[in-house]
Amino acid sequence: MKRRDFFKSAAVVGIASIFKPGTLAASTAASNSVSVHATTDMVAVMGGEPEIMLNRAIKELGGIGKYVKKGQKVVIKPNIGWDKKPAMAANTNPELVGALIKLCKSAGASEVLVFDHTCQDWQKCYVNSGIKAAVEKAGGKMIPGNDESYYREVEVPQGVHMKKAKIHKAILDCDVWFNVPVLKHHGGAKNSISMKNLMGIVWDRQFFHSNDLHQCIADAATMHKKPALNIVDAYRIMKSNGPQGKTEADVVTLKSLIISPDFVAADTAAMKMFSQVQPTDIADVRYIAMAEKLRVGTQHLEKLNVKKIKL
Amino acid sequence: MKYLKNIRVALAILFFLPIFLYLIDFTGKLPVQMHALLKIQWIPALLSLNMIIIAVLVVISLLLGRIYCSTICPLGIFQDIAARKSRFFSKKKKKFRYKYQKPQNILRYSILALTVLIFVIGSSFLVVQLDPYSIFGRIVSQLLRPLVLFANNGIAAIFSSMGNYSVFKVEQLTFVPVAFGITLFFFVLISVMSWFQGRLYCNTICPVGTSLGLLSKLSVFRISISESSCNQCGACEKSCKSQCIDSKEMTVDQSRCVSCYNCLTVCKRSSMNYQFGYKKQKIEASQDPSDGSRRTFLLTSGAVISTLAFANAKTLTGKKTDATLTRTPIMPPAAGSIEHFNTKCTGCQLCVDKCPMQVLKPAALQYGISGIMQPHLNFSTHIFCSYDCNICSSVCPTGALKEMAIEEKKLVQIGIAKFRKDKCIVAVEETDCGACSEHCPTQAVHMIPYKNGLTIPEVTENICIGCGGCESICPARPYPAIYVEGTKTQTIAKKPAEAVKFEKKIDDFGF
Repeated sequence: MKRRDFFKSAAVVGIASIFKPGTLAASTAASNSVSVHATTDMVAVMGGEPEIMLNRAIKELGGIGKYVKKGQKVVIKPNIGWDKKPAMAANTNPELVGALIKLCKSAGASEVLVFDHTCQDWQKCYVNSGIKAAVEKAGGKMIPGNDESYYREVEVPQGVHMKKAKIHKAILDCDVWFNVPVLKHHGGAKNSISMKNLMGIVWDRQFFHSNDLHQCIADAATMHKKPALNIVDAYRIMKSNGPQGKTEADVVTLKSLIISPDFVAADTAAMKMFSQVQPTDIADVRYIAMAEKLRVGTQHLEKLNVKKIKL
Repeated sequence: MKYLKNIRVALAILFFLPIFLYLIDFTGKLPVQMHALLKIQWIPALLSLNMIIIAVLVVISLLLGRIYCSTICPLGIFQDIAARKSRFFSKKKKKFRYKYQKPQNILRYSILALTVLIFVIGSSFLVVQLDPYSIFGRIVSQLLRPLVLFANNGIAAIFSSMGNYSVFKVEQLTFVPVAFGITLFFFVLISVMSWFQGRLYCNTICPVGTSLGLLSKLSVFRISISESSCNQCGACEKSCKSQCIDSKEMTVDQSRCVSCYNCLTVCKRSSMNYQFGYKKQKIEASQDPSDGSRRTFLLTSGAVISTLAFANAKTLTGKKTDATLTRTPIMPPAAGSIEHFNTKCTGCQLCVDKCPMQVLKPAALQYGISGIMQPHLNFSTHIFCSYDCNICSSVCPTGALKEMAIEEKKLVQIGIAKFRKDKCIVAVEETDCGACSEHCPTQAVHMIPYKNGLTIPEVTENICIGCGGCESICPARPYPAIYVEGTKTQTIAKKPAEAVKFEKKIDDFGF
């Protein structure tokens, strides 16, 4: 009998080690048979500068060493979609990207690559977003995403409409990657957060628009290579006229940061924060519920171990 | 005197190399200010009515002859390179192989007269096709640049497969068969002519060469042969790429001499002079066989300059045939009106080369026959006019595109977006899309409630600037549900209204 018990527990541990802590918590939330001991599923920080908030949040999550091992190749995917300056909040905060690179480097990452498949002239987006300068200063490397040859097709077996997608090789070939979106309003998808940010790792963006945008965004989130963390930049958010914004009147400074390995949870939390500024029915951001249905993650924040920190 | 040739060669390299590199540069690393080198070209200076440059070029020509042709004009230097290359392929590898030829007066003056006449009537057709600088621009842009990009992309592919992204791929999107064909024709024509006959093209076809030839007949300093010391060895004649030295008669045809000073270097008896030659001028003039026509053409070319200086281009070209245009072509921002643009643009392709979005393409027949090569906007996936960019108007050397500050350019309405609901994904498939609104920098295209929580685009025309972001990304293909209709006169769009500022302080997470 003892031997059988041993096998059982070994199997459980083995299966558990396949899952990332967040998805594990999500999938087992209903039948809470395996206890996940004191893992933090989400950290939200408010009231500091990007670098300070990031360092604090990563510390709460168990330190960067938990995600990045020595000698690993790291990729960071911020939102750099638009040729706009940082104050417009159309792109991820450059200080946040720089701070994350520093953390990865301190954990011994062999290289940190940063890219986005931009919507406008990619070189101008990289420069004017301030991200190129921040990345190079922190010791990372900006790489292009402007040509189909940088992408490789992979299967998306769980996808409903999108069964295949061409994903940037940097993501496919790296050891670990971080999804670093900015929280903003979006004319088409209603809001752009962590799952919408995945459109920037895919080559054919038009496929999304012509095959039910929301479903394709949810499909993209089922991709096999998930980010270690979704780091939602809410230092400045774009409350209206997204995703580009017209003027700085579209921008609200919330000085916040939400981090979770769970796409759905991160987007849900971000939507709740966003709704305080611009009331939005989360059901209208249809891809969130669709992704939950595909078991990408959970909208039930109350079932997660969420740490909220005010600085 | 022999140092003159070296100075000429040095100057030619000094002008040619930066111009060549600037035209070919696809990385945007060379400074925009280098377009000053193109503003000093003869036709661009005339068209933009840049009086200072026109005056300087005229004075130089009156003083020293056709220095422009042998140093500043990139097409001239290109011919020198072609002629020099031909030496490596000839059997004897001889350096001096030219022979005196009679001038092709009827041909060259007719072409000049025709170019001027057609321009005065109201079409830039021949100016566009024959401006030497613009021909050179097109040869680089349409023939050479694709090869450079091809090589670059090959290197980029190898590098990126090794994980090195320092060289990146640049796609060449500007292939237009009509434009390519014409450019290839001129490339072959000019190459062959210069390969065998030096500066024959400059002295028979090029209207700039012909008009400067008329000016240089009056030039103060000129090449002459001193009859007392010359032993008629013919070295000067053989070295003359303009084929304008007749060593038997000991004459030099001033109208064809491009002041290259090669003859000064080769004469062993120092019989070739470059000196104050006003005394001789009268005698030579009366000997000139083209004397009768010369006066007429002096008058004609005088007329060109004066018309250009005083006439309003708009009144010159009031009657462009509308029938030849189907969908109104979309002109680059800062083009003003279609008449102004069609008159002033020489189709040099500089803006096409510099456009970071590659949305500018040489026109085939969109502007009619006379507008072949002139740029127009052609939207396709991810290809549209960038909101925060005014590079085309800052590089234009001819004044076809007026220099315009970026804030001003952001309000120039180059066209208006038209929405066709019956083709829109939201209406047809009943799913969310909003790609057009997403790409609209002014939110002239914005989403309004449709049904079942869906939103559908709507266009506020008076704030639309026609950048084509919406058309470029619309997933309805091949007939986009939203497209830009060009305007014949660009106007100023209204400034988009700002959003209501959010002033309340948030210090709760909300969850």
